Amino acid sequence: MLRSLVPVLTVVAAIVGLWYLAAIWMNATWVYDQAAREGREVMLVDLVTETLHQERPVLPAPHQVAKGLYDGFFGQKVTSKRSLVYHGWVTLSATLLGFVMGSGLGILLAVGIVYNRAMDMSVMPWAIASQTIPILAIAPMIIVVLNSMGVQGIVPKAIISAYLSFFPVVVGMVKGLRAPDGMQLDLLRTYNASAVQTFAKLRLPSSMPYLFASLKVGVAASLVGTIVGELPTGAVAGLGSRLLSGSYYGQTVQIWAALFAAALLAASLVAIIGLAERVVLQRMGLVR
Amino acid sequence: MKGLAIMAAVAAAGFVADWRLGLVLAVWFGAWTLNAGLAEGRGPWVRRVVPLIFGITLLALWEMTVDLFEVNPVILPAPSAIWVQLIDSIPVLWADFVQTFVKGALSGYVLGCGAAIGTAILIDRSPFLQRGLLPVGNFVAALPIVGIAPIMVMWFGFDWHSKAAVVVVMVFFPVLVNMVAGLKATEPMQRDLMATYSASYWQTLLKLRLPAALPFLFNGLKIATTLALIGAIVAEFFGSPIVGMGFRITAEIGRLGLPMIWAEIAVAALAGSAFYGLVALIEKRMTFWHPSQRRQ
Repeated sequence: MLRSLVPVLTVVAAIVGLWYLAAIWMNATWVYDQAAREGREVMLVDLVTETLHQERPVLPAPHQVAKGLYDGFFGQKVTSKRSLVYHGWVTLSATLLGFVMGSGLGILLAVGIVYNRAMDMSVMPWAIASQTIPILAIAPMIIVVLNSMGVQGIVPKAIISAYLSFFPVVVGMVKGLRAPDGMQLDLLRTYNASAVQTFAKLRLPSSMPYLFASLKVGVAASLVGTIVGELPTGAVAGLGSRLLSGSYYGQTVQIWAALFAAALLAASLVAIIGLAERVVLQRMGLVR
Repeated sequence: MKGLAIMAAVAAAGFVADWRLGLVLAVWFGAWTLNAGLAEGRGPWVRRVVPLIFGITLLALWEMTVDLFEVNPVILPAPSAIWVQLIDSIPVLWADFVQTFVKGALSGYVLGCGAAIGTAILIDRSPFLQRGLLPVGNFVAALPIVGIAPIMVMWFGFDWHSKAAVVVVMVFFPVLVNMVAGLKATEPMQRDLMATYSASYWQTLLKLRLPAALPFLFNGLKIATTLALIGAIVAEFFGSPIVGMGFRITAEIGRLGLPMIWAEIAVAALAGSAFYGLVALIEKRMTFWHPSQRRQ
């Protein structure tokens, strides 16, 4: 862990450095235009200071994004329409609701698939094939159709995010429930274990590593689903709508701040599941 | 037998409540019983026929439900209506397909995967860079990268270039992480053998490590196929010329042209699975030696 800290910090520093250079380079055109209009020469120092402090830069410098994030989080009351906390919560609540629905249904379907041969053969090929399909494309349609049926607010977005987290969980959980090998299943048979006991004492515990791996994929997919689900409703609330309204009005700093807020949200969701994974697996004795 | 009785009872109750509901339930249970019976059988054809019957049943139930309950086509069009729309608008769909898939997704996919493979080979010689880049790459791969779409649209304009740029960023990190893992997949014994042949770095790379990395690489490439299509379609939601799958979907939503949207989604699903299937086929050809590809 500590061994890779220095390399990681070096890489991150290099990325930030490149970012500053790119910001100067990409924002330079505007500075030269301004200077030519006012008829003054641009020195290197002016170029650097002016490119890094524009109102609507082509590429905002890291400190501008950081300031945008800080203003978004702490600059106003959390109920304000300009607060990233408010928009983040709108996105997070829909994501969590959808994720719980999607992964719950996914686990149920996986149990059905493992215990019912007909279900396995009917559903499983479609579940696998659906992973190659850009499901996200139907997000706007779901929103609009549900809207025309009078369903608004958090539910349509949650349905999209549930749909996206559903299939990774099904596929991972089926793999996990099938992880016990024949020897272990035979052992439980010699114990005269019932189907419920086999499930509770062998299949479910041995599926945990697979479950957590697919939950991590699922929660990331859920968040993407919610953000895309927020696009077609006309940018009312949520991080996706911040992205869209930022792109309508050319507010680049707002776009980048929303993007980083979404990244923070995704990273913390994955980290929370990772933490739960470590605790659960440790209690079960699966990690040494 | 008990299952059959329950199904019959539920279907009968459906008939009592509403004959249309009963009919739908009866078809569902009939098809399910057929599948359950077939699934007991052995034979290679069972594995193909059962999912096919399931899919056809779902389509039939969809059609029946829409027709019997007279569902408003603005909410859910029937499969037959979607099919008619699909056939009628093949030129439009083809133009959208070329714009989004061939120009946007495919060019971005090639560029992004190429860049990722190149980067992986470059940083392969430096353990320091690997230790630094891999955690960053893994971190970025979990982020909602589609969010950069509005930025790319601002930088590269409305046409396919911005979509390709989004795709490049989306596919880069999964492929990079897999390729770096793949380059580590050789065993010391194999590398020692190459050393006893006095093989140079490039010879070892070409003849041992790149082939050994292929199974990992294809894993990343297969994940990237779906990401590429998603990236190209979602990027069009943020601005596009008046052609493209994402554009068509947003435009038809405004006109409530649901059959057209479904037709577009059918094309996207077909393109996505075909793309994935193609990469899987190439994998089969190139990694025929790997245990996972051997015939059982």
